[in-house]
Amino acid sequence: MTVPTGRDDVMSIRTADDVVRVRQEVRSRALEIGLGLVDQTKIVTAASELARNTLDYGGGGEVRIEIVQNGGRRGVRLTFEDNGPGIADIELAMKDGYSSGKGLGLGLSGARRLSNEFSIESTPGVGTRIVIARWT
Amino acid sequence: MTNEKDLSRIVTDNLGEVTREWVVKLKADGTLQTGRIKESELETECRRFLELAASEMFKPGDSAQLGPIHDMLGSLSRSRALQGFTPSETSNFVLAVKLPLFELIGRQLGPAEQAQTMMALTAFIDRLALFTIETFQRSREEVIIRQQREIAELSTPVVRLWGGILALPLIGTLDSERTQVVMENLLQSIVEYSAEIAIIDITGVPTVDTLVAQHLLKTVAAARLMGADCLISGIRPQIAQTMVHLGVELNVVSKASLADALALAFQRVGLRVISTAPEPRAGLA
Ligand SMILES: Nc1ncnc2c1ncn2[C@@H]1O[C@H](COP(=O)(O)OP(=O)(O)OP(=O)(O)O)[C@@H](O)[C@H]1O
Ligand SMILES: [Mg+2]
Repeated sequence: MTVPTGRDDVMSIRTADDVVRVRQEVRSRALEIGLGLVDQTKIVTAASELARNTLDYGGGGEVRIEIVQNGGRRGVRLTFEDNGPGIADIELAMKDGYSSGKGLGLGLSGARRLSNEFSIESTPGVGTRIVIARWT
Repeated sequence: MTNEKDLSRIVTDNLGEVTREWVVKLKADGTLQTGRIKESELETECRRFLELAASEMFKPGDSAQLGPIHDMLGSLSRSRALQGFTPSETSNFVLAVKLPLFELIGRQLGPAEQAQTMMALTAFIDRLALFTIETFQRSREEVIIRQQREIAELSTPVVRLWGGILALPLIGTLDSERTQVVMENLLQSIVEYSAEIAIIDITGVPTVDTLVAQHLLKTVAAARLMGADCLISGIRPQIAQTMVHLGVELNVVSKASLADALALAFQRVGLRVISTAPEPRAGLA
């Protein structure tokens, strides 16, 4: 069973600066639980992608940063949430190279590859919620 | 203590009303004027505070039981600090709850209990207000530290290593207008020095995500149009692995270090570095 431990943070994502702050916070939490350099870099990069999507496509939102425990392993779990337009075709959005904007279209699919856990829920007109985790 | 129990109950029973009055008071104090937070957010915060307070604050005991309410006020103060609120605006959030609570006590409790309850409540709220200011202060300090770091990142000069060889050592966060400026500087320098090769060194870039990759790709393409080839150096192993998972390909020659990139650049422009130091004699340590 996965249980949250310790404090958890909710950070709002409204500006490009917030994206930087989210990265810094995720990095320090990843360090805190002893993730190695490669894993740290992966989760920070995934967080950067999702935070920017939240900002650019979700019209802003927030991320909850949690430290979770599962048996002897510790992890960082990030929940990105926005009340934006949602994603009508999730399968398409997850495709490498698909971007409705001017991006490379690698953020979502890349974030999934960079995480140990990935789940996405999105309802058009309601919003999007993406949860990722990386374990020690 | 019975009156503490009573306060907890009457707050719970009158949650909606107290929240409304509190929000009205905060609005009168100008909390929403700057538009930095929305009324609905404020209402949610007030309600959340009262729920936690009703279950925690009116119980006797030490501050160890205040965990959840401290967490809530802590993150509220931090976000207020980042949003540019003043310390008094921030602490006023908690202080303003006194009035509606006093009125509630006045209406609901007997005269004997009123005085004692109000005293306990005042002490409690004041302590939280101080806690709020402390957290606010700490967050501001963090902001200052971060800004200092950002300023340091501003100075990213294009350096001329040799004849037509330029280097752009990138340091720090890359996703802002700053990137634009840095990249434009590079293109200008290419023209200015008729450079053939530009080495973009990313040793100092902590995160390479799709946006950073895109900036790099655009720069490489623009440089190419101006007749210069780019080399990328300083891709640390963890960054390389992450880029592979992300699926970004820079399609440009990359070297582990700036030194390696410079060696390659020399080779390409037909230069050779020769040592003029005397050959070390055998047998000498
Ligand atoms: N939070 C969101 N709300 C609404 N749409 C989204 C959200 N996140 C992603 N999308 C949609 O999914 C598409 C793919 O996202 P992805 O992050 O993979 O690519 P991108 O952001 O367009 O480019 P890149 O991330 O490579 O710079 C986006 O173009 C957008 O249409
Ligand atoms: Mg993206």
